[in-house]
Amino acid sequence: MASLAALWPLLVLTEFKPWLLWEPGALKPALRFVADFVPPKVDGEFLALVARETWRTVAIATAGLTLALLLAIPLALLSVRVLSVSSLTGRMAPIPAVVRQLVRWLMIVLRSVPELIWALVFVRVVGLGPTAGVLAIALSFAGMLGKVYAEILESDDTHPAASLLRNGSGRLQTFLYALLPQSAAELTSYTLYRWECAIRSSAVLGFVGAGGLGQMMDASMKMFNGSEVATMLLVFMGLVWVADRISGGLRKWLA
Amino acid sequence: MRADIKSAANEIYKLPPRLFDARCKACWFALGVVLLIVLSFWSLDLQWAKFLSSGAFRKMGIFLAELTHLEGNPRFIEKLLTAALETLAMSVVGTLLAVVLGLALALPASRTYDGDPARWRGLSRLVLNALRSVPELIWATLLLIAAGLGPFAGTLALGLHTAGVLGRLFAEAIENAAPGPGQALRVRGVKESRIFLYATLPQVLPQLLSYTLYRWENNIRAAAVLGVVGAGGLGQMLAFHMGLFQMGETGSILLAMLVLVALVDALSFASRRWMSV
Repeated sequence: MASLAALWPLLVLTEFKPWLLWEPGALKPALRFVADFVPPKVDGEFLALVARETWRTVAIATAGLTLALLLAIPLALLSVRVLSVSSLTGRMAPIPAVVRQLVRWLMIVLRSVPELIWALVFVRVVGLGPTAGVLAIALSFAGMLGKVYAEILESDDTHPAASLLRNGSGRLQTFLYALLPQSAAELTSYTLYRWECAIRSSAVLGFVGAGGLGQMMDASMKMFNGSEVATMLLVFMGLVWVADRISGGLRKWLA
Repeated sequence: MRADIKSAANEIYKLPPRLFDARCKACWFALGVVLLIVLSFWSLDLQWAKFLSSGAFRKMGIFLAELTHLEGNPRFIEKLLTAALETLAMSVVGTLLAVVLGLALALPASRTYDGDPARWRGLSRLVLNALRSVPELIWATLLLIAAGLGPFAGTLALGLHTAGVLGRLFAEAIENAAPGPGQALRVRGVKESRIFLYATLPQVLPQLLSYTLYRWENNIRAAAVLGVVGAGGLGQMLAFHMGLFQMGETGSILLAMLVLVALVDALSFASRRWMSV
């Protein structure tokens, strides 16, 4: 009883009125739309179009993730504490400490704005099309990748890095010879997992006009074309499944 | 292995591995990745010229400058708070719906003891996978047709997608529970529903709770953006004001979103630390 009383305001706020779903005004178009799902549209021309857009979805995800990597690697290297020379002898010097903290904040800002919002912003700046999607994925994934890369690198054994730094090797050399060999497999595996996530989000980004399968699905949905939507939903599920299989298989092979 | 045998006689003349050899899986993998990246950039008509032009930078600058003129009039703030509450409510109700639906599907989807026929296992797993593989946003656009614009569609969308995710996790937890207590009741002829309530549920409850809390945290973020397609909450407000180019309002809404997400993050971080101590 008490929990129901606590739930009541929430139900009011979310306008939770399931009975509205059964009103003829809502039920009829919904049923017609769903009835239209079977059979899915499979004529050749349409399938070719879907295949092209599916490839674009994958391409947006891949291009976005590549740009994200280009951003994330320097950010991660800048923020890793293990590569600090001054902290070998005690406390980190103030300037490097401030720089590292700033880089960390930058990554927090990049990843705490959702991709969809980045995409909305970039659609304003560069117009409709894949560029906005690529940029949105690049920025938000750069924040995530940078943070996780830094965490993976810091969770390693720090002894080799410290010995190299003490003996006068540069920071980049230390990264390449002490940190990277220990965690290359883990870094690659996490990147593959993120690629899979990028494919999912690039399909969703299409709904705000960033190209690919999502944009096409949005258009068909606005025209209440159930059979087209059904085909694209199936293709999307297949795409996610394939990406999941590929990245899962490769990750198992890496581990 | 083979390299060892070869090098046993005269190690001095051992050659370094060739840079490319057809059996090197990592080389093929790297080649595939490079090919995929090149094809991606080549096939997308990316408008770098437009993005990197001085015009775009100026536009971006103006855009950002306008965003920082936050709208602070009390009537607007009141609306903003209502929308934030709506987002929170959507996430709570959506997660609760997902728990009920997820558990209802997880029970037939799990095989609790050896020799359990579990006739509905395949079907319910298929349903769970289907629910899970369609993102919340796509569910929301589909449900808008039936439920109309507003938070109800968003809540249902969150509920459906999360039901898929939670159902799978719940089924896994139930299958991994120790079978002993259940078996003890089963050989005494206790009904399956009671076995679940008295033997399985007490074991898995902490796990179910922690999965639910984790998904709720995710759902707050999702609820904030779902509105962009018209499904209520902060997102709907954002899409509305951005569509009208009211950048001050847009900035305030963005700030509210970030604060909401940061608050939830801080709360969950604190509660995790409190629980682990």
